[in-house]
Amino acid sequence: MTAADMPSPGAVRVRARGWGWRHAGRRAFAARHLDLDVRPGERVLLLGASGAGKSTVLHGLAGLLGSHDEGEQEGELLLDGAHPAAARGRAGLVLQDPETQVVLARVGDEVAFAAENLAVPRDEIWQRVGRALDDVGLDLPLDHPTTALSGGQKQRLALASVLAMEPGLLLLDEPTANLDPDGVLEVRDAVVRVLERTGATLVVVEHRVAVWADVVDRVIVLDAGGGVLADGPPGTVLVQEDTRARLAAAGVWVPGRQPAVGGTMPGGPGSSGPDASGAAGEVLLSAQGLGVARTRRGPVAVQDLALQVRAGEALGITGPNGAGKSTVALTLGGLLRPRAGTLTASPGLAGEAGGDPFRWRSAQLVQRIGSVFQEPEHQFLTASVADELAFGPRQAGVADPARIGAVAERLRLTHLLQANPFTLSGGEKRRLSVATMLATAPRVLVLDEPTFGQDAGTWAELVTLLRELVADGVAVLSVTHDADYIAALGGSTLHISGGAGRLVSR
Amino acid sequence: MSNDYLTPVLTGRTLLRANPVSKLFAAVVITLALLASIDWVSAATALACELALMPLLGISVAGLARRIWPLLVAAGVGAYGTALLAEKTGAVLLDVGPFLFTEGSVAAGVAVGLRGLALALPGIFILLTTDPTDLADALAQKLHLPPRFVLGGLAALRLVGLLVEQWEMLGLARHARGVGSDGSVVARTRNLLGQSFGLIVQAIRRATRLATAMEARGFGGGPRTWARESTFSALDAVVAVVGLLVAAGAVTAAVLAGTWDFLLS
Repeated sequence: MTAADMPSPGAVRVRARGWGWRHAGRRAFAARHLDLDVRPGERVLLLGASGAGKSTVLHGLAGLLGSHDEGEQEGELLLDGAHPAAARGRAGLVLQDPETQVVLARVGDEVAFAAENLAVPRDEIWQRVGRALDDVGLDLPLDHPTTALSGGQKQRLALASVLAMEPGLLLLDEPTANLDPDGVLEVRDAVVRVLERTGATLVVVEHRVAVWADVVDRVIVLDAGGGVLADGPPGTVLVQEDTRARLAAAGVWVPGRQPAVGGTMPGGPGSSGPDASGAAGEVLLSAQGLGVARTRRGPVAVQDLALQVRAGEALGITGPNGAGKSTVALTLGGLLRPRAGTLTASPGLAGEAGGDPFRWRSAQLVQRIGSVFQEPEHQFLTASVADELAFGPRQAGVADPARIGAVAERLRLTHLLQANPFTLSGGEKRRLSVATMLATAPRVLVLDEPTFGQDAGTWAELVTLLRELVADGVAVLSVTHDADYIAALGGSTLHISGGAGRLVSR
Repeated sequence: MSNDYLTPVLTGRTLLRANPVSKLFAAVVITLALLASIDWVSAATALACELALMPLLGISVAGLARRIWPLLVAAGVGAYGTALLAEKTGAVLLDVGPFLFTEGSVAAGVAVGLRGLALALPGIFILLTTDPTDLADALAQKLHLPPRFVLGGLAALRLVGLLVEQWEMLGLARHARGVGSDGSVVARTRNLLGQSFGLIVQAIRRATRLATAMEARGFGGGPRTWARESTFSALDAVVAVVGLLVAAGAVTAAVLAGTWDFLLS
């Protein structure tokens, strides 16, 4: 018997009638025409294409959309018959990025924070803190610093701090999108444990359906044009072929369905790859006894790396959160000074710039190695997509409008050339951050978690593009947790853990 | 993490146990006494008392000097500048070209230098021995400052640490895009301005997200309770009395020595 059959007394009933929300300053409604009834204790997976308004619905349920200066509401959205903003503490929301949710310095205080805000008496607060930490399986001292936690632990802490409100409705906004595979399971299992004890209603938004398909008893798909596209048990919605096709077309990760990828598997049969282009695996970068560190005096992240980066090959860099993968990528990208050993660029890559990538000037670097950061916004420098694409070539003194046009075309940015980069959707931002790096035609491309939080559509586009680049003789290095991505690009894998790297060749 | 202002490395076990409000009180009293007059005796007395209390901090003089050396330099520069520019009274001590130091001007310089240090040290005591979370609890519960203000400040403190990290990350990201810290002075200045603007954008986005996370946990409206009780103990009475004694001692010494020069008189 599931919790839905026997609702717990505290579980919240959700009701929406023609509900919609338009953010102030935006012309289009973020969500619209929503009619919905969720029974107390029901567990709902909310799906939809990017821009279908999933997050907006969650924010609405959490009572975060309210005042008139924030936007315009139509219809009604009710928790147990009350406006969400008036039902403070009834709904608890966990957001996607574990880093941006931590408020306080110590684990115990962090969990107590929400209970304090609801004016819970002091003795009861600490009982709730203990119970919430137990529920999510965080066995840590209350004065443990919140900065010294892994991504999965931080998300479980965020969950615990929401649980301290004893919410009847648990809202999760892509809670595992930024986590490594272990972290994903950690958080998913904690949620299941919590629901079993509390019987709360659950609404979870996530691109990767497989993670939650066995946990939920209902799947609701939002239509990008407003309203509901499909609604039913996962065994029906996720199995019916026409819904599956529509979900896939909307960019949702449907279990058992790999997004269609173009290009050819690098190095695979029928690949025209590096052999045809004549640059058969020319070594571009080679590392010897390389030790990497984030700061000049800080701790060493990874030691004694030896590897060669070859033209026309992909290299995946994997390992748990916090193992030092990004530090390795930044060092290989010529951005961080090697702590020990050497990183040498071959004459074919370096040209007149010398063999040490760290010593290259910015304008030299941008023509040789392109680094795509995890957070696209960190790299946006101008006010329009067109300027953004023209920027790198201008810095390098090799402005070539034809190439810029071709890159924009290839990454489907042509219709966005006048848009401000910061206003793009997540998938568009990712495409632009890759495009800006391709504009100067570097022979080495380093990407940090390029598929984090991307829907299946953007994922397939990105993989297709990178396959084509590899076939053109570009070396593509990617820090990633994404096994499908690595499989699609081929090449070797550098697995990093415990301060050491292990190269696995194909 | 090195850039963590919310969990600083604290020293001085005794003072750590004292309530931040009593420490603030002692510091304010000493500051007021020192601001009332500019003379070297009151400053020297207060400074001597503060140095005598140093063992409470649990770090060596050298260790303290390493942490606050910019202050020492500033005090030195202030003293030198004052001695050079103050009214030239009394016997001439040194006269080399434009450099003229007299007894009067040197005494004024010493007074300014000592005063700077004596004013700064109470703040250092508080910084080194106070946990920011305890401070927030005390400000809200004992001084009844608005919770929004206190907790907003506490959350902001955490973001300050993250800003340092983001600045470095932005620098790397810009270098990767072809804008580096090389080139002419104009190019460097432009780059610095661009990076600063980028940091502001990031900071606002970050703060907005944190505010959303806080609001999602019920922060911002209605009455609230405090999980940690901020309490006073006998130790706090001692801290307050010591503060008063240092202030009174500095004033008394200056009056007895005849150097007291009340600013408002």
